[in-house]
Amino acid sequence: QGKFTLLRDNRTDGSFLVHHFLSFYLRAGCKVCFVALLQSFSHYNIVAQKLGVSLGAAKERGQLVFLEGLKSCLDLLFGEEEQPGQPSPLQFLSGSTSDLRALFDFVRVSLTPTDGDSWKSPVLLVDDLSVLLSLGAAPVAVLDFIHYCRVSVCCQLKGNVVVLVHSNEDSEDEENELVVNSLCHHSDLILWAEGLATGFCKDVHGQIKITKRLSLRHAAEQDLVQIYQYKIQDRNVTFFAPGLSAAVL
Amino acid sequence: LVFTEEDKYGLYSNLLFKYFLAEGIVCGHDLFVASAKEHPDNILKELPAPLLDDTYRKELGDEAAAVKSEDFQDSMKIAWRYQNLPKMEASPTTYTKFGHYYDVSKKMSPELCQSIKWHSFYLHEELSLEPKMKTCNMNSGYARLLRSIQRIISQEGFDGSDPQKKQRNVLRIGIQSLGSILWGDDVCCSDTPEDAHSLTKFLYVLRGLLRKSLSACIITVPAHLIQNKAIMERVTNLSDTVVGLESFIGSERETNPLYKDYHGLVHVHQIPRLNSLICDVSDTKDLAFRLKRKLFTIERLHLPPDLSDTVSRASKQDLAGSAKLLSSGCGAMAIGKKHLDF
Repeated sequence: QGKFTLLRDNRTDGSFLVHHFLSFYLRAGCKVCFVALLQSFSHYNIVAQKLGVSLGAAKERGQLVFLEGLKSCLDLLFGEEEQPGQPSPLQFLSGSTSDLRALFDFVRVSLTPTDGDSWKSPVLLVDDLSVLLSLGAAPVAVLDFIHYCRVSVCCQLKGNVVVLVHSNEDSEDEENELVVNSLCHHSDLILWAEGLATGFCKDVHGQIKITKRLSLRHAAEQDLVQIYQYKIQDRNVTFFAPGLSAAVL
Repeated sequence: LVFTEEDKYGLYSNLLFKYFLAEGIVCGHDLFVASAKEHPDNILKELPAPLLDDTYRKELGDEAAAVKSEDFQDSMKIAWRYQNLPKMEASPTTYTKFGHYYDVSKKMSPELCQSIKWHSFYLHEELSLEPKMKTCNMNSGYARLLRSIQRIISQEGFDGSDPQKKQRNVLRIGIQSLGSILWGDDVCCSDTPEDAHSLTKFLYVLRGLLRKSLSACIITVPAHLIQNKAIMERVTNLSDTVVGLESFIGSERETNPLYKDYHGLVHVHQIPRLNSLICDVSDTKDLAFRLKRKLFTIERLHLPPDLSDTVSRASKQDLAGSAKLLSSGCGAMAIGKKHLDF
């Protein structure tokens, strides 16, 4: 409750973690606001069905609020003039404002419990934050947005926030690195997926480093770091200790 | 969204671009060609002719008929690939019939070119920006191109907006040399371009357009000119497939005996992971290409001593294999092992 989880990937695709958290929280009965910037709704829906959750049904019963970034962007660019009462969440694209306030308002409104809602704690899921930088948002604006979301979702509504970012070790994208480093310092849990240091392998797709940042809440404690390797399958991801892949045993 | 990094002199990436368009014509898809460098009419005149020899002719006829009668409703889902499988198994030839082969030394006949509907966008001939159009601070050339693509998609019903149209087709979009200075973007000229976000915004909107319609797109970009690596990273994140071509012309690799049979290397930086948790990863990552008199082939990179053992495998592979990757359209998980098996 009230936790901020950061998912980061390095030269690999960490989106399997996003799919996992999405189906996990939906199955747990939480109200989820999913800001999906990179892929279409049907992509997430198809994968979620493989994992046993129907996004369409969740949307119908009001458990899932889905912001399809690609579609919103097209509506903004090619649609008719928007009504004054309903600003587009991606308004910063049109250049009229430089901050992500509209996006934050969208998130806040979706997750604030209304009468008749029987869902458990709210969850905000973002896939992925690095896209906002590509679209012209300043790093400070992105960090402000995340900060406001944390205060509103984690502290006020006692919910959780899960955010995916891309980062490379020798990345030259300074703005992205700035955002990622800042988020790392403020996260309760960091899941870092990266390819194997020894190179490409068919049986082990990568390794994941799980850091529980206990030092964030209690200054005296040390962070707990665990490393697992994983292999992604069609409906499942298997995790195992390094060196104990099924191919080796 | 297939993103191709051009090789230094643009020779081979141009070839790849033309293969994509030619495949579209042979499959009966509609085309949209955009360029700021050459007029699209000229590009279309130079497409390679499909290889029609006796063995292929019959299959080509069967395939073309089958493609037309196929229900494109399911063409973006995995079912489409399964529809193709029985044909391949019944085929008497030993290599996979997933697509067509092309003869680079001959040009495609004008009748074949005219058999499909095609649209073009030549930057220097386009009218100036409509006053009401929102650009979102994007380069005006890109904004006009997006507007044009969006107009074609909605007018021709590629986004399913016309329920009366039963026979739905696929739109293949080819954009040449995006990001070059001819489009008015200075991202290739300096380390800190004036508008660093135009290209990435363009790609994002294009991705949105592709996702909501039956279309596939190939873009070639002179990546070796883009000095700001941050932009390249962002662009890679926004594309589904990223392929880089590195030719040996003018580099020290040309005389390297390791590479004596090849003209360049193919780097597959990223493959799509759509509608699934996994993506299909081939078991080798070293690919090289060569341009023979008639064929352009992509093969596994072999060390010279090995060549004698693997001659049979290396001889008949075809670029058509990779062209099929591009023909599957967005939203499809149809990136099966067959065409990665060079």
